Amino acid sequence: MHALEKILAKASGQREVRPGDIVTVAVDVAGINDLYLQVLQSFREIGTPRVWDPSKVVFFLDHYAPAPTIKSAANQKEMREFAESQGIGGVFDVNTGVCHQVLMEAGLSRPGSVVVITDSHTTTHGALGAFGTGVGATDLAAILATGKTWMLVPEVLAFRIEGTLPHGVTAKDVILHIIGKLGADVATYKAVEYLGETVQAMPLSERMVLCNMAVEMGAKTAYIQPDTAVLEYVRSRAGEFEVFETDAGYRYAAEYIFDVGNLEPQVAIPHSIDNVVPVKAGGRKRIHQGLIGTCTGGRLEDIAVAASILAGKKVAPGTRLLIIPASTEVLMQAIDKGYIQTLLAAGATLSTPGCGPCLGTHLGVLAPGEACVTASSRNFPGRMGSTEAEVYVASPATVAASALAGYLCDPREWLSSTTFGEVKENGWDS
Amino acid sequence: MKLYGKTWKFGNDVDTDAIIPARYLSTSDPAELAKHCMEDADPSFPQKVQPGDIIVAGKNFGCGSSREHAPIAIKAAGVGAVIAASFARIFYRNAINIGLPIFESPEAAEAIQEGDVVQLDPATGTVHNVSRGETYQATPFPEFMRKLMEAGGLMAYVAERVKKGGA
Repeated sequence: MHALEKILAKASGQREVRPGDIVTVAVDVAGINDLYLQVLQSFREIGTPRVWDPSKVVFFLDHYAPAPTIKSAANQKEMREFAESQGIGGVFDVNTGVCHQVLMEAGLSRPGSVVVITDSHTTTHGALGAFGTGVGATDLAAILATGKTWMLVPEVLAFRIEGTLPHGVTAKDVILHIIGKLGADVATYKAVEYLGETVQAMPLSERMVLCNMAVEMGAKTAYIQPDTAVLEYVRSRAGEFEVFETDAGYRYAAEYIFDVGNLEPQVAIPHSIDNVVPVKAGGRKRIHQGLIGTCTGGRLEDIAVAASILAGKKVAPGTRLLIIPASTEVLMQAIDKGYIQTLLAAGATLSTPGCGPCLGTHLGVLAPGEACVTASSRNFPGRMGSTEAEVYVASPATVAASALAGYLCDPREWLSSTTFGEVKENGWDS
Repeated sequence: MKLYGKTWKFGNDVDTDAIIPARYLSTSDPAELAKHCMEDADPSFPQKVQPGDIIVAGKNFGCGSSREHAPIAIKAAGVGAVIAASFARIFYRNAINIGLPIFESPEAAEAIQEGDVVQLDPATGTVHNVSRGETYQATPFPEFMRKLMEAGGLMAYVAERVKKGGA
């Protein structure tokens, strides 16, 4: 069996499961974000007075953090009151950050666990060896009532990534390259596992980027076998957990091999995530806004790279650079290391940790005719504001370099060979 | 029960931001969501869609976010069903859970032209194109999902089981 199948087998109380089986699994973490008041309405309709286990339910007030409208404020208020009335202690309020980052920081994203959140990017938790998947409101309400959900055991696709990433090229470039080659629906209904020497060499933050973006090719969940460094991180934060490993000789539904030894920085151009070209081929596209933030590109390493590129320089006139740390913990570390001071001095705009303008609701939405280069994950028409705006999805390094240049720009033009490596090392070590 | 209606055609990769833009997500009122259904794909859609009309789209319909507001907006706008070459996973699950009929058929998605009138049989998965006199077959649902749908969606299914003391 695959490690993911072993997780589902254990969670469903079976010795063995196979792709195509439909199993009822016990959920270890059930997360609700502030877009989903519907969960509470549906839970009440089911008619169960109490949630099955308040210690396994968490709320994330992150998509509208802090509340920009009276309606979103009222939704958050109702969630807080529900949590209190049900004895749910896990309320990650507007002062904490994006759900996937704060769940990990809180030690609740653990190897071998089943993590279900009302957010498509729940695939991120595969970087910690969990089975993470996103659902809608009705599914989550049913979990609140019963602690269980149904799952079709997915086939697993293997993405074997080989080669040493060139200087200035990161996990974000790798995953954009893969999605560009295979399309935005290659993994629909399936699980993906990332393997190979490139992946093994990646720190947790980069592994999270690969797993986070798996949903952009349709995946139900993603997985990377946790290494010693990942397990040490989890042990420093979490209670007990069990690490599963894939049996030798496991037959994947398909295997894709990528050699990234010569990969260049990549960008997904409007208006789909599989519309990917090398940044250099994007032309000198004028950029009005850059965003470094979100569950995809708002970690300490991402802010560190931006700081290294912008240190002592200024964001181009007519361009805005938004820095939105994925969590308050990340923000505090970035302050400690001086990155925030460097970025503010360079003319960046700092906003409160949370999802920010990724989904076009607040904190930096786009006007018609504007172009944004972003470290987030989506460039659908209208995603970040006006449907007449353009969104370019790229690595944090590309975002920072483009903000500096004022046009879409290969970050290698701005990176000395030493600074990039040093800053990354700093970030990873902390 | 068979469904019968006029079709509106969309392309590949219609995402949930096009189906219901995030700027409307702070409400969960179906009637309010219906007013903005498919707005970012076709701004006139909420005005011109008629009860019983059918959406036809290409591959990966409903990709992107996990928002259940998407199938709710479509259902509340009066759309009778969605036919697509394929569906994104979370949309597929959400649609079944809330009782929006969906038909996965690359053949139908290709052959049906906008304005064609189609008749759909959710029980058998057949899509009959009345305008062209053609019939296409959608992928059948697994038995478990048929049971869910027969129970009236996930909420009814769970409520029933909770009542019986199981889960």
